Amino acid sequence: MASQLVLSLISGVFISSSAAYLGTLMISRKMAVVAGPLGHLALPGAALALVYGFSISLGAFPFVVLGILLIWLLEIRTKLAMEALTAIVFATGVATAFLFLPIDKAEAALVGDISTVGFYETLASVMLGTAVVIAINRSYSQIMLISINEDVAKTEGINVRLFNLIYLSSIAVIVALGVYLVGGLMTAALVAIPAAAARNVSITLAQFGTTAGIFGAVSAIAGITCAMYTGLPAGPLVILASALIFLITVPFARV
Amino acid sequence: MAAEILLEVRNLETTLEGAKILPDLSFEVNEGEFLTILGPNGSGKSVLLRSLLGLIPHKGTVSWHKKPKIGYLPQGLNQMAVRDMPLTVGDFFRLKRVGHDTVIEYLDLVGLGPSTLKKNAGHLSGGEFQRMLIGWVLVSRPNVLFLDEPTTAIDAAGGETVYSLLRDFWEKQNLTILNVTHDLSIVYANSTHVLCLSRFGHRCYGVPKEILTPDILRDVYGSEMKFYTH
Repeated sequence: MASQLVLSLISGVFISSSAAYLGTLMISRKMAVVAGPLGHLALPGAALALVYGFSISLGAFPFVVLGILLIWLLEIRTKLAMEALTAIVFATGVATAFLFLPIDKAEAALVGDISTVGFYETLASVMLGTAVVIAINRSYSQIMLISINEDVAKTEGINVRLFNLIYLSSIAVIVALGVYLVGGLMTAALVAIPAAAARNVSITLAQFGTTAGIFGAVSAIAGITCAMYTGLPAGPLVILASALIFLITVPFARV
Repeated sequence: MAAEILLEVRNLETTLEGAKILPDLSFEVNEGEFLTILGPNGSGKSVLLRSLLGLIPHKGTVSWHKKPKIGYLPQGLNQMAVRDMPLTVGDFFRLKRVGHDTVIEYLDLVGLGPSTLKKNAGHLSGGEFQRMLIGWVLVSRPNVLFLDEPTTAIDAAGGETVYSLLRDFWEKQNLTILNVTHDLSIVYANSTHVLCLSRFGHRCYGVPKEILTPDILRDVYGSEMKFYTH
């Protein structure tokens, strides 16, 4: 029981804080909502994982990557806005999932399954979460400048396609991990809420990133601990904990 | 100093959503020139800058005789773009990965004190923000500046400050400037050359005194244009 709680807490903290850090870029780019549809897109993968009995994240990952690749290629080809493309791709994912998602086992896919996380899955969460934080930290300036004005970024010699790929790959990893923590329905909340709360109380970019990470970690600890003692699913509790943090920061919003 | 050709544009043509913009445009820009690109809305001024920068596909040739280091301030880079973000002036400069002392130096050059560094970029006044942008574009030490309506968002006095700063940098740092505007009053005071574009296909190119005649301007802006000589 105790060692299971430790594993859940470690993986939860790494997933949630790295998602929140990435979220600071996503809300700056007005793309936080994209994580939601991508989470839904993970559902067919999660369904397969449940049918064949392997890890949900493992099942989700190829579908999220495929979705992101599709969106990236379609964006280059059609010049449609990323949010429109995401809507097209995600609806396809959900429709496919409901064809063969075993409804009686669907809870783990829909609201997450962090309470039963194993050692190797925890290890993977720690490594992938850290990798995303490092990748995003190193490309933060470039991605932020691309978000502010892509033409200026290009003129300054920034390889926009490369950094968009780093950014989208990080989103893919975080969404796949996020499906494990909060399920396929709520991944947008994982990136958006702690980052939005951090925006309310931050003055500088450095504070923005750090505070988001801390809020993400605190939400995970609060949600998972609560789940352990109440028997309620952890995913929704993690999200509710971050929503509570957001509400507390609202009076401090710097507008 | 004999001016050398820096940029040569031949038969430029850009197509946007099926409409031909700037058909068959040819001109040259010499090193150290302050070229004002003048014309009414919709005449393709911004499209021209973006075509020269290689940001949109075009036909014809754009050849640089020396490899330029370009600084670009598009219209879209305005206060709205950073308004809702926890982004201080210091953060904004750090996006270009420049050191603290350099940032202080360039803020000082555009008349902003070190205390500006900690202010939210979205909370500066319109004039301060525009001056900050001039410092920001220059901090990468470009030798060519592409400016797209750098004074649209600010009042006349603020606009004059921005142009006097630009003129100052242009003289001291041997910059070549391509500046888009539809404001005639700044052309006389600041440009060495003028390129005018119009929706009706009329073009002109030359030094301001030769170009800015009522007849030519009427061709460029259409018959509704009213012109008062200074």
